[in-house]
Amino acid sequence: MSQPGKAMLAPPLAARTKRWLSLDNRYLAPAFITLILVAGHLSYGILESYPRTGLAIATSMAAELVLGRLVYRKWPHPASAYITGISVGILVRSPAYWPYVVCSLLSIGSKYVLRVRDRHLWNPSNFGIAVMVFLVPATVATLSIQWGNALWPMLAIWILGSVIIWRVRRFHICATYVVSFLAFAFLRSWMTGSPWQAEIAPLTGPMYQLFIFFMITDPRTTVRSKSGQCLVAFLVALAEMALRLAQSVYAPFYALFLVGPAANLAEMWLDSRRPKTASASA
Amino acid sequence: MLDHALDHIMPLVASMGAAVSIVDFDRDGWPDIYVCDSGEGSRNALYRNLGDGRFKDVAAEMGVAEVNQPGTGVCMGAVWGDYDNDGYEDLLIYKWGRPELFHNDHGHGFTRVTEQAGLPAWLNANTAIWLDYDGDGVLDLFIGGYYPENVDLWHLSNTRMMPESFEYAKNGGRKYLFHNLGNGKFEDVTEKMGINSRRWALAAAAADLRGTGRPDLFIANDYGVSELYFNDGDRFREVGQQTGVGFAPKSGMNVAFGDIFNRAKYAIYVTNISEDGVLIQGNNLWVPKEGTAGDGLRYENLARELGVELGGWSFGAQFGDLNNDGTLDLYLTNGYVSLDRKRNYWYDFSEVASGNTSIIADARNWPAIENRSLSGYQPKRVWLNDGAGKFIEVAQAVGANDIHDGRSVALADLWNRGVLDVVVANQRGPLLVYKNTVTPQNQWIEFELEGTRSNRSAIGAQVTLFWNGQRQLQEVSGGSGFCAQNQRRLHFGLGKNPQMEKVVIRWPSGREQTLEKPAAGEIHKIKEPA
Repeated sequence: MSQPGKAMLAPPLAARTKRWLSLDNRYLAPAFITLILVAGHLSYGILESYPRTGLAIATSMAAELVLGRLVYRKWPHPASAYITGISVGILVRSPAYWPYVVCSLLSIGSKYVLRVRDRHLWNPSNFGIAVMVFLVPATVATLSIQWGNALWPMLAIWILGSVIIWRVRRFHICATYVVSFLAFAFLRSWMTGSPWQAEIAPLTGPMYQLFIFFMITDPRTTVRSKSGQCLVAFLVALAEMALRLAQSVYAPFYALFLVGPAANLAEMWLDSRRPKTASASA
Repeated sequence: MLDHALDHIMPLVASMGAAVSIVDFDRDGWPDIYVCDSGEGSRNALYRNLGDGRFKDVAAEMGVAEVNQPGTGVCMGAVWGDYDNDGYEDLLIYKWGRPELFHNDHGHGFTRVTEQAGLPAWLNANTAIWLDYDGDGVLDLFIGGYYPENVDLWHLSNTRMMPESFEYAKNGGRKYLFHNLGNGKFEDVTEKMGINSRRWALAAAAADLRGTGRPDLFIANDYGVSELYFNDGDRFREVGQQTGVGFAPKSGMNVAFGDIFNRAKYAIYVTNISEDGVLIQGNNLWVPKEGTAGDGLRYENLARELGVELGGWSFGAQFGDLNNDGTLDLYLTNGYVSLDRKRNYWYDFSEVASGNTSIIADARNWPAIENRSLSGYQPKRVWLNDGAGKFIEVAQAVGANDIHDGRSVALADLWNRGVLDVVVANQRGPLLVYKNTVTPQNQWIEFELEGTRSNRSAIGAQVTLFWNGQRQLQEVSGGSGFCAQNQRRLHFGLGKNPQMEKVVIRWPSGREQTLEKPAAGEIHKIKEPA
């Protein structure tokens, strides 16, 4: 009696265990960014305040649910909005509350409003943050100097982040961007005479961890082909170099803001030409 | 000029040292002005108030001018306190270099007593205050280090002397709490008293925040959180996080206490950095939360709500009733490096500040500033308290329209008119004296205290004035703001037609003294009852 019973129980238990161990990829990024938030705050107190970060997350998720329901008549999965909200909550630095609300609304709103051929063009938090620092610089700045400037937390984030990004098959984007950034950093150092350590410094800071792992890898706002994704990452680094030479403090945000949609539009244009060509060939 | 290894960022590093403190060093009844200069080989100035609207620099003849000689470091600030209770204010000069203590020889000159006092041979301090932390009737001394004390900025052994982090640095100078033994010597009791921070202190001030009769100590740190030390009598206890003031790291550069709501509770003003489009730290106005007191004291930052949040790259600030309307106003100076107006260093600054410790901590890795500005040419702030929960900015309207790189602000009734004038020390700029004109209908009262059982300077004495059904609390200070000290005399504005009720003085000895219906429009000289 028992043996059959064991035989009957064993597969579902193993399957459940395997399923639990192999977390749904949709939850990996939210889990990772939450880990960054919690570890960063507990170790260094990185948050401007709990209410501001909470406000950004709540606004972002509420906006996603409401707009999803209104526009598509269904409840969207909140994981993406959660990442957007938490990114806004960490990256935006303002003594006021309203920028956290407005930035979250802009970010989520861009997904529903700024669309071409049913695709949104910007990474939501990149859009929101770039618009805010451009339009209200007297009230909003971005995180750039947190996490204690220490080595070990940074390495831990890089290693863990790389594993997760590799698992969701986007590591090549991060790697291309990092290699390109480093190459351009040395080039800038050579051009401007600035110490190379200063030029690579941003890459060693926490803002870039969020930028690299969560913004440039956003699957909904990058092109589809692997080589195209690498090219876009390279172009983001190139645009960033130009902006850095112009002494733009928010160079990475503006670079992605400019290159990301352009790449998407280019891909759509190329896609629109391909069927015609195929049809003509046929 | 500091070590040549710092040449490429010299304007950034050699950016402090302009300081001002007010003292009546010769007890002639007129506030005098002591001004620090941080140029190597430069002279400090002691401007004797001649009482007729003129001042005369007597630093050289008094022996307190030559304190920036090569090899001894340069001044960062000075505070005055009568450490030996002889009735004349003595002078402590804190430096990046050798600190100096000068005994005031009854207003006729000063004698250097640094070695006899037992002060350290070298430190890199940007703040010091006199306080009687144990209530024994003699003034003790707190000095806050900025760079580590083993760093000689003129002879660097290496360039790894910068902060390890822009917001979490703990590799700065140590702190010193010196207990006055009463015989001209001071004993280092820092560790014994529970103060062991190595944050980068830029300002400190002490006041009795909990009504214990003992001064608590607030330290504003650059590159990190502020620290608040409750004085438990036998030990100081750091309660920054517990009270709410030590949570968000910023670039603290000033500490000033003020009873801004006339409810006998101090708000604490800490200045930080705000630069449009780059860094919006915002200044902090820490106000005691309703219903909290004693050990349960909690603060909330109301700088934004009250309108005193944004002041550029803020440095010194002081509370004082500038228009004699009965509420405390706020004067703030600011501006870091004003060089080429068209080129700024913010991009490079933010780039390196975001980097790993190994990058930011080494001065070699910092890009050259060349002739660029960093938050330069900034307009000053004069915030008038409207008495209804808002501060109104009026700097340009009232003539505070300089754009020098302001550092230190001190308030004093320089002409004994019952009006607070403003003295500002500027880096690479002139000393400014703003003579204040106030509507004569607004009345005033001032109190000049002298301790007997308490320290003779009466530092730590609390004066609560009751008039028109309201009250305001002020405390005699041994240093506040940024590298500054206001006049010891306490000034209260009263508004129009004041109905005076009483003044209650709580001396540091614990004795309480009440004077009924003190006359407005007078300087009251009050000696502690024996």
